[in-house]
Parts: sequence; C-alpha cells; structure tokens
Amino acid sequence: MAKTKGKTVLSSAALVKAATGIQGLDEITGGGLPKGRPTLLAGAAGCGKTVFAMEFLVNGATQFNEPGVFVSFEEPVEDLIKNFASLGYDLNKLTNSKKMIVDYIHIERSEIEVTGEYDLEGLFVRLEHMVNSIGAKRIALDTIESLFGALPNEGILRAELRRLFRWLKSKGLTAIITGEKGAGLMTRHGLEEYVSDCVIFLDHHLTEQVATRRMRIVKYRGSVHGTNEYPFLIDNMGFSVLPVTSLELTHKASSERISTGIPRLDTMLEGKGYYRGSSILVSGTAGTGKSSIAATFADSVCRRGERCLYLAFEESESQIIRNMRSIGINLEPWVKKGLLKIQASRPTFSGLEMHLVQIHNLVGSFNPGVVIFDPITNMISVGSEKEVKSMLIRLIDYLKMKLVTTLFTNLSHQENIEQTTVAISSLMDTLILLRDIEIGGERNRGLYILKARGIGHSNQIREFMITKAGIDVCDVYLGRGKVLTGSARLAQEAAEKAEALIRRQETEQKQRELERKREAMESQIKRLRSQYESEEEVLRTSIQQAKLKEDAISGAATEMAKARKADVIKPAAGRK
Amino acid sequence: MAIERSKKKTAGRAKIGKSIAGGHGTAKKEASRDFWELRLYVAGQTPKSLAAFANLKKICEEHLEGKYRIEVIDLLKNPQLARGDQILAIPTLVRKLPEPIKKIIGDLSNTVRVLVGLDLCPPD
Repeated sequence: MAKTKGKTVLSSAALVKAATGIQGLDEITGGGLPKGRPTLLAGAAGCGKTVFAMEFLVNGATQFNEPGVFVSFEEPVEDLIKNFASLGYDLNKLTNSKKMIVDYIHIERSEIEVTGEYDLEGLFVRLEHMVNSIGAKRIALDTIESLFGALPNEGILRAELRRLFRWLKSKGLTAIITGEKGAGLMTRHGLEEYVSDCVIFLDHHLTEQVATRRMRIVKYRGSVHGTNEYPFLIDNMGFSVLPVTSLELTHKASSERISTGIPRLDTMLEGKGYYRGSSILVSGTAGTGKSSIAATFADSVCRRGERCLYLAFEESESQIIRNMRSIGINLEPWVKKGLLKIQASRPTFSGLEMHLVQIHNLVGSFNPGVVIFDPITNMISVGSEKEVKSMLIRLIDYLKMKLVTTLFTNLSHQENIEQTTVAISSLMDTLILLRDIEIGGERNRGLYILKARGIGHSNQIREFMITKAGIDVCDVYLGRGKVLTGSARLAQEAAEKAEALIRRQETEQKQRELERKREAMESQIKRLRSQYESEEEVLRTSIQQAKLKEDAISGAATEMAKARKADVIKPAAGRK
Repeated sequence: MAIERSKKKTAGRAKIGKSIAGGHGTAKKEASRDFWELRLYVAGQTPKSLAAFANLKKICEEHLEGKYRIEVIDLLKNPQLARGDQILAIPTLVRKLPEPIKKIIGDLSNTVRVLVGLDLCPPD
C-alpha cells in the first residue's frame, strides 16, 4: 500500500483536506476529511460518532488553528463537557478562549404544535451566528437526524436539510454530520442522500463476547482512500484508528547487536546476539523455559541501563518477580529503578485493538528499548487467528519503526513444534525453538535456532538447563549422529571415556608386541650370523689344509724330481 | 399596515421587553393563569412571518382580548436570542405564560391548532 506519497501529491492539486489529527485516520484518508465539504459519519449507537466528531473539532481548534462549532442535538452542553473531560479535553477552556462553541439544540416534541408552513431558518440563524462569532472553519452536527423525531412534516424537513448542506458548503465549513445507522440504510433517515462527498461508517462488532470497533470509509469523492475495515478504539487518549497494515515496509534496519542475556546463546548467534529492532520468537511446549529466557533477556537489557517493557498475559507482576528470583534473576530492582515495566493483564480483558493501542500508548510513553510479550499465544482467546495475526503485523511494524527489539514467547504443541499457533513465524526475524527431549526416562530441555535473519547462526541442538543461577546452555554431546541430553549424556560420556581407555591400552600392548618381535628377529639374526661365522671358520680351515696338502705334495714332487734330476714339472697345470 | 408597523417597532428597538400589548397592556404582573405572554420568532419579513403575525394578532384579538402580550423577535437582527427558546423553525410562536411553555411552529394558518397550542380551546 505504498500510495500515500502519490496521493498527497495528487490531492494537493485536486482536493484540499482538513487534517483530523486523529491517529491513523489521516493516514488512511491521505490527509483528512474533504475541506469545506460535509462528511457523513454513520454508525450504530455507542460506536463513537460523537467522540470522533468532537475530536475532529478539538484537534482543529488546538492543532490546526481552525475554530469549530459543535452542535449537539442529543446531549446537553454540561454533559458533553463532563464526558469529554474524562478524555482529557477541557471544553470550557476552549470555549472561553473562543476556539470552540458547544451548543445544544433541543426540541421537545410534546411542546410543539404545528400550525402551518415553516422553515428552519431559526437553525440557520443560530448556526450562522455561532460560526461567525468565532470564525469557525469546522462544524459538527450530532445528530441532526433527531430533528426528524422532533419536527413533523418530513417533506419540509428534507427540503430544509438539503438547503442546510448546501449552506454549509457555501460557507466553506468542513462539517461532520453524524447519523444513526438505519435498517438497510446507512442512516435512519437516509442522510447519505444529502451528503455525498465523504461517508465514513463506524461499526461495533461483537466476536466471542469481545467487542471491536471498526471503521470503513465508504466513499470519498475525489480522493483515493483505504477501503479496508480499520479497527479503531476510544480510550482515555481519545480516538485512534489503526491501519491494518502499515502503509509501507520501509523501516530502517539497525546493524547493532544486543546480547540475549545468555552468553552461550550469544555464541550461537555469531557471538553477538540479536539485532536491535528485530523481532524474536521463542517458541516451545509448556514448561520448556520460554518465560525464563524472556526474563533473562529483560534482566540483561536493564543491566545495560535500557528500558524494557514486559507485557505479561499469564502471570501477575509479583508472580513473575517471585518465580524469576527462584532461578537467580532478580527483576525487582529494575522495576524500582523504573527500567522495567511489567504490565500484566488478561488478554480477554479487552479487545485486540484495545490491547494494541494500549501497547502503542505504553511504548509511546515509556519508550522502551525492548518489549517482551509473554505469551503471544494467549491473544488467540481474544480474536480469531487472522485477527491476531493482523494485529501482530501492525504491532511489529510499529515497533520496528521505533527500533524496538521485541521478544515474543509462543506456546506450541508437541506434534508440530515448528508451527506457531498464530502462524507468525514468517514475521519473525529470529526464531528460537525450545523442546523437550525425552530419553531414558527423563525430560530435558533442548534449544535450537530455527532461523535468524542476517545472522550466521549455529545449527546445533543445544541442551540448556535452568539452574539456580539462571539459564545455562550446556556443551553438546555429539556422537554417533545423535544428541544426548541429561544423564543419558553423562552416561554416554562415561562410556566413551572407558572405551577410549581400552583403546589406548590395546595400542600400547600392540606396541610392546612389536617391540618383542623386533627383538626376537634381531636375536635370530645374531644366531644365524654366529652360525655362519663358525661354519665359515671351519670351511676356511679345511681350505687351508687342502692348500697346505697340495703344497706339500707339490713340494715333495719337486724334491723328488730334484733328487732324480728329472724335468721340471710346472705346477700351474693344477692337475694331479 | 398594522403588522408592519408593530413589527418594525419591535425590531427597531430590539429588546425583548418591548411588546405589543393588546388592550389593557398596562396590567403588569397579572396572574399567570389569566395572562398570555407570547413571543413570535421570525427571521426577516418573509411572507410566512408576515402571515404568522397577522394570524396571531387576529386570534388573540378574538380570544384573548386584553389578556395578552406579543413580542416579536427578529432573529436576523438578534441571532443570539434563538438559543434561549431553542428556536429552529421559523416562524415559531412561544407561549411563555401561562406555563408550561408551548411552541407553535408554522404560519399559524391552522387556527384550531393554534388554539389547541395556546390552551384556548377546550378539548371537545
């Protein structure tokens, strides 16, 4: 819905608008109501027509320097002044300073006798007098239809009303005319017939005993406008309309990181924690420690001196403080210092929109750095899933725009743990899942990060423990392709240790054996060598002997020959 | 013309107290039961206003001779006076006395209804 930009450009040339100053409405209408023209405000009794009209005038008088005339046909001035004092408007002050006139026009039917032709010139005179006396630019007629009950002869009345609206236009008054919702018609007496420039319809739904107010712009001549039904509410700050979705997805993203309050969870998130202004969902089954994680976060936020708004929908403030003390988190000093504000309320206490606006107002006045919702799932009891989701979208957009980090907890069911009840996971930047892991007759808590936009996060399933000293994310046992927790982890770790010892012993044994084998081999080599040596000796001796023998023989022969003086026989022949 | 003159007179002075009293107008604080204090609100001299005044005058002369006072208020000249009597329709005749206050709107052409409005006609 990125049309606001183009719209304002367009309308500046085409249609001048009178800003209402009502939160959200100027956004939907692209600047306000048509200036100098009448707007019909229709709706059932008690849906806020008078408040709307009055706020339009008061804002005009106080913010836009456009004095206004409020003409009530239903409530005496004193009642109006009292009623609006509770909304924080000091009508007396405004009327005394000539910024506003509040008048009560009243006709008692029983006092009246009609005796012929008449017109409503008296009304015109009165209106004109009031408008001129303060130079009014705005006027509200609430509810002019009551004239139909007070004056007979509808023909005359209709003709006069037509004249009245023409007159309002000719005076250049931005007018709000309220009308009670009628059967089959926008208003009981068909005022829409006369007011054709802008028609706004207010409605009051009851769903499952919870009331929601809604507003719709039925028509707006010469202007683009949001056509949805927008929830609105009336509280002590007055009238505020909430666009179902923010018109633009343009919030600035911060690259600043803030700690989760749990050092080892920070480690899982690149060692730095969440992004500032991101939305975090901690989802898990009952008793997995969602609130503890939330409280740890709150504690760390306050420790840094930032403000934290804790919206509790299940526990009261003192219960939260007591319970968190049992795990070593003392929130009380932060509350006393004004850094932590715990706002506990039952979701069913009011409609979704009321919650939303309360949160808006709280965030606006308390200005926290972090908002925690514990748990968001309980909101389901107030509206349908779709409504809750649309509320959350608006809320997240608003908080992101303000760079507020938001942590939601979500109660999920065992069977589909990754599916959040409200289907809001797509809205979340970081999604931490907590689950029970049942092994060996124990339940242990496991934690993993399903997603973390823009953060290179760990994919491990980690066991975490809630101890007296807070939350501790434990070492993870990773072996044989599974994660073990609790005593199973301890047992497994012991078994591993034993196994490793045995393995080490085996290795040592093998080494010793090798040593022995080498020794054996070496001694064998020695023996063979000595054997060889002894044999060699024997052989050498015998060779020597043989040589000696031969020499002796040949010597003897030579001697013989010498003695016989025979031919010399050459010994070289080597022949015997 | 009687109507014009009296109207002018009232409008010219522009005061509530000024009135056209019929007959014994000097009688000051007559018993309210017996005295009709009437106010006719008009806005300029429109045919309807003129007709209303003429009709009123005639009825008063016929039924209330000496017991009435008519005050004509022109809202165009004194718009702030419309508030006090909660005047919307023009012309409106207000019976201030006797109480309770009655308002008769229209040009007073329906004499019977005017008489009913002024409690001058016994319900029969």
